[in-house]
Amino acid sequence: MTQLDSKVPDGPLEQKWTKHKNSIRVVNPANKRRIDVIVVGTGLAGASAAASLAELGYNVKTFCFQDSPRRAHSIAAQGGINAAKNYQNDNDSTYRLFYDTIKGGDYRAREGNVYRLAEVSANIIDQCVAQGVPFARDYGGLLDNRSFGGVLVSRTFYARGQTGQQLLLGAYSALMRQVGTGKVQQFSRHEMLDVVIVDGKARGIIARDLITGRIERHGAHAVLLCTGGYGNVFFLSTNAMGSNVTAAWKAHKRGAFMANPCYTQIHPTCIPVSGDHQSKLTLMSESLRNDGRIWVPKKKEDAEAVRAGTKKGVDIPEEDRDYYLERRYPSFGNLVPRDVASRAAKERCDAGFGVNKTGEAVYLDFSSAIERYGRTEASVRKIEDPSTEEIIRLGRDVVSAKYGNLFDMYANIAGENPYERPMKIYPAVHYTMGGLWVDYNLQTTVPGLYALGEANFSDHGANRLGASALMQGLADGYFVIPYTIGDHLAADIRTGPIDTERQEFSDAERAVRERIDKLIEVQGSTPVDVFHKRLGKVMWDKCGMARNAEGLQQAIQEIRQIREEFWKDVRVTGTANAFNQELEKAGRVADFLELGELMCKDALERQESCGGHFREEYQTEDGEALRNDTDFTYAAAWEWTGDPGGSNLHKEDLDYQFVKPTQRSYK
Amino acid sequence: MKLTLKIWRQSGPNDKGRMETYPIDGIEEDMSFLEMIDVLNLQLVREGKDPIAFDHDCREGICGMCSMFINGEAHGPGRGITTCQLHMRRFKDGDTIFIEPWRSGSFPVIKDLVVDRGAFDRIQAAGGFVSVNTNGNLVDGNALPIAKDHADTAFDAATCIGCGACVATCPNGSAMLFVAAKVSQLSLLPQGRPEAKQRALAMVEQMDKEGFGNCSNTGACEVECPKEISLEHIARMNREYMAAAMTKE
Ligand SMILES: Cc1cc2nc3c(=O)[nH]c(=O)nc-3n(C[C@H](O)[C@H](O)[C@H](O)COP(=O)(O)OP(=O)(O)OC[C@H]3O[C@@H](n4cnc5c(N)ncnc54)[C@H](O)[C@@H]3O)c2cc1C
Ligand code: SF4
Ligand code: FES
Repeated sequence: MTQLDSKVPDGPLEQKWTKHKNSIRVVNPANKRRIDVIVVGTGLAGASAAASLAELGYNVKTFCFQDSPRRAHSIAAQGGINAAKNYQNDNDSTYRLFYDTIKGGDYRAREGNVYRLAEVSANIIDQCVAQGVPFARDYGGLLDNRSFGGVLVSRTFYARGQTGQQLLLGAYSALMRQVGTGKVQQFSRHEMLDVVIVDGKARGIIARDLITGRIERHGAHAVLLCTGGYGNVFFLSTNAMGSNVTAAWKAHKRGAFMANPCYTQIHPTCIPVSGDHQSKLTLMSESLRNDGRIWVPKKKEDAEAVRAGTKKGVDIPEEDRDYYLERRYPSFGNLVPRDVASRAAKERCDAGFGVNKTGEAVYLDFSSAIERYGRTEASVRKIEDPSTEEIIRLGRDVVSAKYGNLFDMYANIAGENPYERPMKIYPAVHYTMGGLWVDYNLQTTVPGLYALGEANFSDHGANRLGASALMQGLADGYFVIPYTIGDHLAADIRTGPIDTERQEFSDAERAVRERIDKLIEVQGSTPVDVFHKRLGKVMWDKCGMARNAEGLQQAIQEIRQIREEFWKDVRVTGTANAFNQELEKAGRVADFLELGELMCKDALERQESCGGHFREEYQTEDGEALRNDTDFTYAAAWEWTGDPGGSNLHKEDLDYQFVKPTQRSYK
Repeated sequence: MKLTLKIWRQSGPNDKGRMETYPIDGIEEDMSFLEMIDVLNLQLVREGKDPIAFDHDCREGICGMCSMFINGEAHGPGRGITTCQLHMRRFKDGDTIFIEPWRSGSFPVIKDLVVDRGAFDRIQAAGGFVSVNTNGNLVDGNALPIAKDHADTAFDAATCIGCGACVATCPNGSAMLFVAAKVSQLSLLPQGRPEAKQRALAMVEQMDKEGFGNCSNTGACEVECPKEISLEHIARMNREYMAAAMTKE
């Protein structure tokens, strides 16, 4: 069995990263010019890495499947990015951010990595400000903060409801600057379809030009996968339509271990499903939980009346509302972490208190906030005895300034005015904590192959805190990989350009072509999307918010069945040598059909509940997740052996030296 | 709802292309416009026909990928929304809907409704940035207070999603609104000031090279822009550009 070496240096937490940087190798500037690096993905992780590496002098090639690097899924992040700046003087610190992240992740993340993340977080904000990212500011011209779930301080930086957009455009502008200097060659509308391994090291990729269908070989001394998460295995998720696992899965099949694939984050505040036609789900930023209160009717008959359309939420009097998060978790209230909030919503809806047609929705209500803000505003403006209407008007203005674009988005999709009626929300798949296993250097189990951002498993344990993905993506790209990659590349200063005529490249290219042909040749009768939806339903029902052994075993059988039918009956129209979106989807769904099985296997193996992974068999009396630290304080790293059901499990023991794992409590 | 769709079909850059008619039934009000196209495509694939190629990704109005010219309007009816944010409740049973790609010499058609907007990336690479490297020793983010009104106006400009609706809708095929949004954002912020003039010159030069038309202030772009980027930004860019052009001579 391979020993998994995390390479986290010894010593006190706060000295690990400095010590590590001092001990790893550095490539001198003249030699950097002789080294080529491939970066697949141009989201926050990829764009920041590619720009930084090019600035250092490496020759970089970047790839993305969209028509521009600026369109990566990171663009859609709304709420914000965390950093331990302590600007609010509320006792925040690097340690507190570290601690919150470890606790939020339910004690299933690596201490050393998480501390480093907290340590570089403050630099990220400075870097983005220098690039011209227009963060929200207060009237004094200083940076503003808001708070997010699972923490007691206010450390989230934001740019209205479009933080991801603004951060990505910052990283994209840095990337395009390097494209302008010729240090980066950018390949848009290109999809990576395999990693090429030469003498045990990642030495390039095979990519398909999505416009012409041409299969290309690209060589490099190192390959970085910054290809995002795989939430779309559920078909319905808040991820962009194109988000997929293909790059990571191909790497997995070439020897990179896949870690904790079952850790999925289900986000509590999304717009509920409206019908079978639904193609994706829309997130309502978690920041709404700062001011919005979540409730369902106390009485079943009220819930039934709401579902039947004979009663409206606003008609239910205060005393008949169950603010269940405030009731169950008095100290964190509506700001409990995501996994806790999602499960609580499911619990209420399963018990029959859901509030839309499908019975799968709860209210997110701003009326108290509107009133509170209205009163404050009235007193700021010295209005004596303001009328209720006046208070509401003033309050709505404040709420609109803070969340206007989210409210508009809701109104547009749901067709209801959220200023007048409480919004309806329900949990949806949002983020995948699992991903490629990486060590402290962000290197996978394949030398020279790295994984950054959501594509790796590194920092969030079994549950990610809000506003921490953007932080991690940029930390990996701006402040970790530029250092750690040197340690590997220092051995390559005399290697010279990678020869893509080698056998390994032609073999990989042939395999890619054969698979594409195979997909097209099935010529069955069922469109790709139909299989994807079927898979998604199995995953959601049996490997979603709550899981149990029996369901997971069934799910594995069902997924195998769908996979078999897929390869017998899928219909991919068009040809391989042309722009062909059905073919793109087919390749991605084929990979999801294998990943899904591994996720279920991982969930089955983990006989405990932790973070986003809730096994019904393992819960406390009052329905909270019950961890088993004695047997499961490890990261599960799966090795591909030829079929998804037969993967080998390797365990990386998580050694808690600085924080003592306790029962997570938000009460 | 029952609808008649008239959709532009073009197999590739060398095909002349034509409008084709597709009747469609069973469309619900809650569907988004793109979900309606999904329904059509599912039907086409089942019949073994080539589905409609179209760009999309986030489906929530932020990535800038979706790009349809619907009933003669970029991103269709409704203000301040992208194609993916358009819902079928805006249409009624029996409607005929015309769907075309962005049309501009600088955005060649790749297939059906998919066009090549690479020119935007090249304009960005010419100067749409602040020249700062990744640096772990920068001054603290709060060392540089920025007046809230400046920060807010810069933000308004920064919300551009690079969709290209402004170009598609402009009678001259000008990219001024897109370029101005970036120039204006960065020139309003102290970080971007030092390079403001040079940036305006470089981006405009690249825009001209890409073959985009001239701006004649018709203002159509502002109306169709899903992010409601204001013409004010074009005025601000013109000031930067004039100042730069004068000092250059
Ligand atoms: C709606 C929404 C809101 C969110 N809000 C927040 C928030 O407020 N705060 C927060 O911290 N996090 C948030 N998140 C999470 C966060 O946005 C993501 O985790 C993060 O942006 C991922 O960044 P990334 O760089 O790892 O990957 P991505 O941004 O997903 O980029 C992936 C890149 O890889 C490319 N790619 C993928 N596969 C291939 C392939 N085979 N070949 C070539 N290219 C490929 C894509 O083209 C793309 O460029 C949100 C997520 C969603 C869905
Ligand atoms: S200015 Fe408006 S229309 Fe033009 S690219 Fe930007 S968002 Fe699209
Ligand atoms: S699909 Fe992203 S803006 Fe429409």
